[in-house]
Amino acid sequence: MSIMEYCGAAIVAMVGKDCVAIASDKRLGQQQLTVDMEFQKVFPITERTYIGLSGLATDVKTLHDRLRMRVNLYKHREERVIEPKTFTHLLSHMLYERRFGSYFISPVVAGLDKNNRPYICALDTIGCIDSSSDFVVCGTAATNLYGACESLWEPDLGPEELFETISQTLLSSIDRDAMSGWGAVVHIITPSGVITRDLKSRMD
Amino acid sequence: MNRAIEQLTKVDASGLAARDDLEHANAQARMDNLSFSLAAGDNPASFTQKYTDVKSEKDALIKIAHGTTTLAFKFKGGVIVAVDSRATMGSVISSQTVKKVIEINPHLLGTIAGGAADCCFWERVLSMQCRLYELRNKKRISVAAASKMLVNLVLRYKGMGLSMGTMIIGYDKNGPGLFYVDSEGQRLENNLFSVGSGSTFAYGVLDAHYKYDMEPEEAIELARRAIYHATHRDAFSGGFVRMYWMKEDGWVTMPLEDVGELYYKYNPEIQLTNASESPITVTSV
Repeated sequence: MSIMEYCGAAIVAMVGKDCVAIASDKRLGQQQLTVDMEFQKVFPITERTYIGLSGLATDVKTLHDRLRMRVNLYKHREERVIEPKTFTHLLSHMLYERRFGSYFISPVVAGLDKNNRPYICALDTIGCIDSSSDFVVCGTAATNLYGACESLWEPDLGPEELFETISQTLLSSIDRDAMSGWGAVVHIITPSGVITRDLKSRMD
Repeated sequence: MNRAIEQLTKVDASGLAARDDLEHANAQARMDNLSFSLAAGDNPASFTQKYTDVKSEKDALIKIAHGTTTLAFKFKGGVIVAVDSRATMGSVISSQTVKKVIEINPHLLGTIAGGAADCCFWERVLSMQCRLYELRNKKRISVAAASKMLVNLVLRYKGMGLSMGTMIIGYDKNGPGLFYVDSEGQRLENNLFSVGSGSTFAYGVLDAHYKYDMEPEEAIELARRAIYHATHRDAFSGGFVRMYWMKEDGWVTMPLEDVGELYYKYNPEIQLTNASESPITVTSV
């Protein structure tokens, strides 16, 4: 089994009309053994930029800590809040710094920029940015998520519709993946604030 | 029909009179004439093993469905058999509604763990052998003899990549019977067994609460809890709890229970806000 599948994860981000959503499962595993069911994989970077980190749990923690430091340094130097796109390039550079000994992480970024335009993208382990105008996925359930997204997502969904779509997408995907699930969390980022909701899911 | 029986029971006349059940089982295993086509080459077994992934430890061409929790225990009211219903191939859940108990006959049950095809096939062969035994001897086969027949069948293919960990459960003139049989040729008798990737979790629950003198309701609840806890912690177990109760006059089935619902039944304090109660309306941060 690959180190990228050691802990298990399912993360998805979607674009809506003047809003974005990012959702993840909550499982932390050691291969088939489920260790934690409240493991955080999606983190706020600013008030309207969120990042989802799938992959090896130790690198999830390390990378999140280092990102927090870099974003704080940016805030002090620039005296403004970092934009999602700028943040993605910062992250990309941080990942490529470890080109020959990479973090076992594939991240997803979701946010609204200063003009309230939605921005989502996914990166690979060494920082290649794959930006998208509909949805991005990562984790052990990525293939399942692609299938669900392709059939459920449509353009210009409002916050409440986007919540329903991303929740159904995530729940049906983790039901077919043994390595992820055990609870889920959804964040809807709108110009007026972020709504976070926990989802009830199968716990097997 | 009579001719078929005559043909099949000819063995009886060949001097194998008065023998105990186990000897008979041994004789039968030599009699059956199953044959399989083998891979070409000098060592077909090692060739096949190279490309077969039994425990998902390697990226093999042939992936075998696996990942299971099965358990069975004797108690004063008979034997309880409980299994989960998930089948995985790699990390993909290929089914949540698998039947991991094989009804060999109205007095015998077999459980599946490991290679689903291996278990299904060999327990079906076993059910044929048990029926032939009944026709020849005009009496039901004992659980000990049935399980011995199964090991003898699989032992001939030892080292060829068979993968099965099974329990044979039944009721005969000696009372309830429970045997563990695996593809390595191991055959054990005990009051309590659990097999599969989730067995360690099931053993934890069973060892903590198992008593021989349980009431049927207690025994059923214990089996349900053991499977539930195993499905909760083991990624490769899940789906439904499927349960059988082996009594003196044969087995009866218990209603299927969805593990997805059991979690919230066992943890009623978990109440999440309904989304419709807190709609996403524009509120300031």
